Amino acid sequence: MPNITLEVQRYLPEYGEEPMFQEYEVPLREDWVVLDALNHIKDHIDGTLSYRWSCRMGVCGSCGMMINGTPVLSCAAFLTSYAPGPIRIEPMAHFPVVRDLVVDVTDFVDKLKAVKPWVIRETEKPLAEGEFRQTPEELDDFKQFSMCINCMLCYSACPVYGLEKEFTGPAALALAQRYNKDNRDEGNDERMQHLSNDEGIWACTMVGECSEVCPKHVDPAGAIQQYKLAGAADWWKSLITRKGT
Amino acid sequence: MSYTLHHPKWHRDSKPIFWWILRWAYIRFIFRELTSVAIAYFAVLLVLIYRAVQSGPEAYAALMGSLAHPVMITISLFALGAVLYHSITWFNLSPKAMVVRLGRFRVPDLMIAGGNYAAWFVISGIIAWAYVTG
Repeated sequence: MPNITLEVQRYLPEYGEEPMFQEYEVPLREDWVVLDALNHIKDHIDGTLSYRWSCRMGVCGSCGMMINGTPVLSCAAFLTSYAPGPIRIEPMAHFPVVRDLVVDVTDFVDKLKAVKPWVIRETEKPLAEGEFRQTPEELDDFKQFSMCINCMLCYSACPVYGLEKEFTGPAALALAQRYNKDNRDEGNDERMQHLSNDEGIWACTMVGECSEVCPKHVDPAGAIQQYKLAGAADWWKSLITRKGT
Repeated sequence: MSYTLHHPKWHRDSKPIFWWILRWAYIRFIFRELTSVAIAYFAVLLVLIYRAVQSGPEAYAALMGSLAHPVMITISLFALGAVLYHSITWFNLSPKAMVVRLGRFRVPDLMIAGGNYAAWFVISGIIAWAYVTG
């Protein structure tokens, strides 16, 4: 069986300040994805290699990394797609690297929490009144945005986030929009106050790469543009209301 | 940013100044951003034409004369191409931002973009008609 070379970025803070690349030869098996190759390295070649993974099936969003410069889930990247190689593997761009391919995602988690990605109700509906009913069309309004698995590939693809760390970022904004478009939610105004600013929706310059790399076709770029339109409409409405009073 | 205290030696990559040449999509994005300069050029030109019209026939003729110079014609043609690219990509993106529902029917993306193009052509036609007949 032929081999393929993986050039993996290593960062071992206890040994040096700067990351370096280490080459590994792995079997080029037709049914192996990059994650399988990394597991092979970890099990048989170098047990010190660190990376995150969990489900191996594109659901958990843990195994994102830069493969040949593009943010992808390593469980969905077949080795044969990169043959004859070498394949360059780096940690996800724009995040601080803790070790090897492991990045710190605290910034994303904080931002996600700040957009309140849950159904907000002004008054809770009593259980006795039954369930919230939703038509297929109403579900269709936000279903696409609800597919986000928080893999953060969109943050690695977004140059705005790379340049301005204050930017809320694609996934968090798409998830905010997911709840705004949910007819059970009443938190639109609350989120708008937090996100209609230079660090929120208006920081997005519509590069569009977030949607290109999204493994779940969430289209965060589309969500943000819809949010901007709603933000602009809100601004006009407030202007007219202010003039009218 | 509220990072934990357990990893004092994170590695942080700084974005190189020429980050945008690393991917074709980023180059296309920067090029599109630069086409805004062409829009600014036509906006300034419009102001200059307005001022020349207000100043009288001589000022208007002088401005038209300078715009007829081959260098200015080349710049204007280049700017026109950039503005067309900017406008077309803008209209093509419009369905991303606009979700229009008519009852249970969701208006397809093609119709939303088509509506924008139609409005663009109609307004341009009216302006052209006013210019030719005026």
